[in-house]
Amino acid sequence: MSLAKITQVKALALAVPGDDIDTDRIIPARFLRCVTFDGLGEHAFRDERTGPDGKERPHPMNSAQAARIAAAKKGVMVVGFNFGCGSSREHAPQSIWRFGFTALVGGSFAEIFFGNSTTLGVPCVTLSKEDLAECDAFVRANPDVEVTVDVEKLTVSAGAKTWKASIAASARDGLVNGKWDPIADLLEGADSVAKTASGLAYVAGK
Amino acid sequence: MAKTLFQKVWEAHTVRKLPNGQTQLFIGTHLIHEVTSPQAFGMLRDLGLKVKYPQRTFATVDHIVPTNELKEPYSDPIAQEMIEALRKNTKDYGIRFFDTTTGTQGIVHMVGPEQGITQPGTTIACGDSHTATHGAFGAIAFGIGTTQVRDVLATQTLALSPLKVRRIEVNGKLAPGVYAKDVILHIIRVLGVNGGIGYAYEYAGTTFDGFSLEERMTVCNMSIEGGARCGYVNPDQKTFDYIKGKPYAPKAADWDAAVARWASFASDPGCQYDDVKVFKAEDIRPTVTWGITPGQAVFIDEKMPALETLNAADRQTAEDAYAHMKLSPNTPIKGTKVDVCFLGSCTNGRISDLREAAKYLKGRKVSPSVKAIVVPGSQLTAIQAVHEGLDKVFTEAGFEWRGAGCSMCLAMNPDKLVGDQLCASSSNRNFKGRQGSQTGRTVLMSPIMVVAAAITGHVADAREVFKV
Repeated sequence: MSLAKITQVKALALAVPGDDIDTDRIIPARFLRCVTFDGLGEHAFRDERTGPDGKERPHPMNSAQAARIAAAKKGVMVVGFNFGCGSSREHAPQSIWRFGFTALVGGSFAEIFFGNSTTLGVPCVTLSKEDLAECDAFVRANPDVEVTVDVEKLTVSAGAKTWKASIAASARDGLVNGKWDPIADLLEGADSVAKTASGLAYVAGK
Repeated sequence: MAKTLFQKVWEAHTVRKLPNGQTQLFIGTHLIHEVTSPQAFGMLRDLGLKVKYPQRTFATVDHIVPTNELKEPYSDPIAQEMIEALRKNTKDYGIRFFDTTTGTQGIVHMVGPEQGITQPGTTIACGDSHTATHGAFGAIAFGIGTTQVRDVLATQTLALSPLKVRRIEVNGKLAPGVYAKDVILHIIRVLGVNGGIGYAYEYAGTTFDGFSLEERMTVCNMSIEGGARCGYVNPDQKTFDYIKGKPYAPKAADWDAAVARWASFASDPGCQYDDVKVFKAEDIRPTVTWGITPGQAVFIDEKMPALETLNAADRQTAEDAYAHMKLSPNTPIKGTKVDVCFLGSCTNGRISDLREAAKYLKGRKVSPSVKAIVVPGSQLTAIQAVHEGLDKVFTEAGFEWRGAGCSMCLAMNPDKLVGDQLCASSSNRNFKGRQGSQTGRTVLMSPIMVVAAAITGHVADAREVFKV
């Protein structure tokens, strides 16, 4: 299985502020009533974007900028801290990715969300608190300027600004080498797997 | 060298180092349910792969099952489609399915322990973030995404990086009216909803030693609410006693060897932890959430925080929370009107929860302004509760007695809040919209506090209501 090497994402960006944005807010549970991930993109942040009266609310995902990103099928979402906390539902990063976002920049990410995103080939990089505030402000003030998330060099840059970014070393390695979906590596280890299994009494039914 | 349980289990299940530096970890036990598995089976078919160890995956249906309609076809066609997809997938690949017709169906985190599938020193993965529940038995158990469900189906392994270990010690005896739920809500309040990122939580100390396995499950269950992907308690005699005789427990000839093996996984005296936090049981009082994250919690007899006492980041989330909850800073939460009471979930839907709730409910009536439902977490729990006459205690008091499932914890079935109803809930998440209404409000608490709320019609201190 050959995957794209994701060394850099250069695209328009959208700030979606707030800390502790949970996966129920990213994709409410009623959209999990499905057997495929198709069509999830249009429901990303559904209840944040639409009020109980069915009318649109002021939310970054309803903006013209979000529409440009959706049309381009590439974009950078700038978020806060502990983004993606809560449930393990892969539907959350799937909905963001299917909406059109191809990279996330934040203060910190919940672990399961981070892993799910990486496996989709969507890098989630972190900035320091101060840099994130600056990046967030830049993105709001300059909607026409593309933001570059450089996974290889570990930077986020836009206009004349460059911020130092971080990502787990294994995720970086997987992304830049086109091995962000681990299935090929996992399948290769079949003999070693059998050896490990044979050493575990409970797997043998004891 | 002295090692933690986490290190020992990790080493025993390490297949090899992957090129990206991660570990290929063997997953001894894989649990699946109807919501996060169908896409994984789809990926498996697309790639032309088989299920590598079908006997190490166990399935049940819990999230979408209606709890007030036990006959199929369900009036909800999507629920019917999802349960049938799981039936087909488990049949096609030879996976054991604890289906609704078997008397053993239930929330996936209840089925594992009830069947004796959940054992110490094992690795357990499930496409559900509350998988840490199984850590109560000394397993390393964690939630995974759907692509990872595919990985486990295809290879029985995952690509993972090891976690740091934080020992959370709670010592002493809890005061009357204070429960395991209060302990975990308090821990999350103090350490924060993101405090556990990068950690496995080892819960220890004399309070945990004294806890039953069901109480330990309540605490481990909510590790993820504190940001920790997994949490565990070292196995002891109580653990072994709980497992003994369960359908998948080791048989007589293998029992002693299994116990010796299980005991050997417990953290060694003198092992090194990456962090240690110590709590006193006597400092913990009945705890309820007031906001939209599980960390936004207060003792029932405290006021909700004044905004000026919070730091800038917490303040922003708090303002959002107060607006959503329609509550006011620096006022008591006690006395807040309650519309719905939900007793159930993988946090607090076990037999000991139902017994404790029924003990205080007996002879009392649910307030006429409250809709109260009790949803046993599993069919086995429901059967046991009926055997003990607990269902009658609930129904005579005015609770609706329902079938087993996740129900109003996440409202993927018809059990939902309506409008801005406020729910006193024994579940685990108070996120905006979590209980099925965009404007619905959730106050998390222990089962006995849910009963106190049901009787009085408002958020109440169970210690006062029941004079405990």
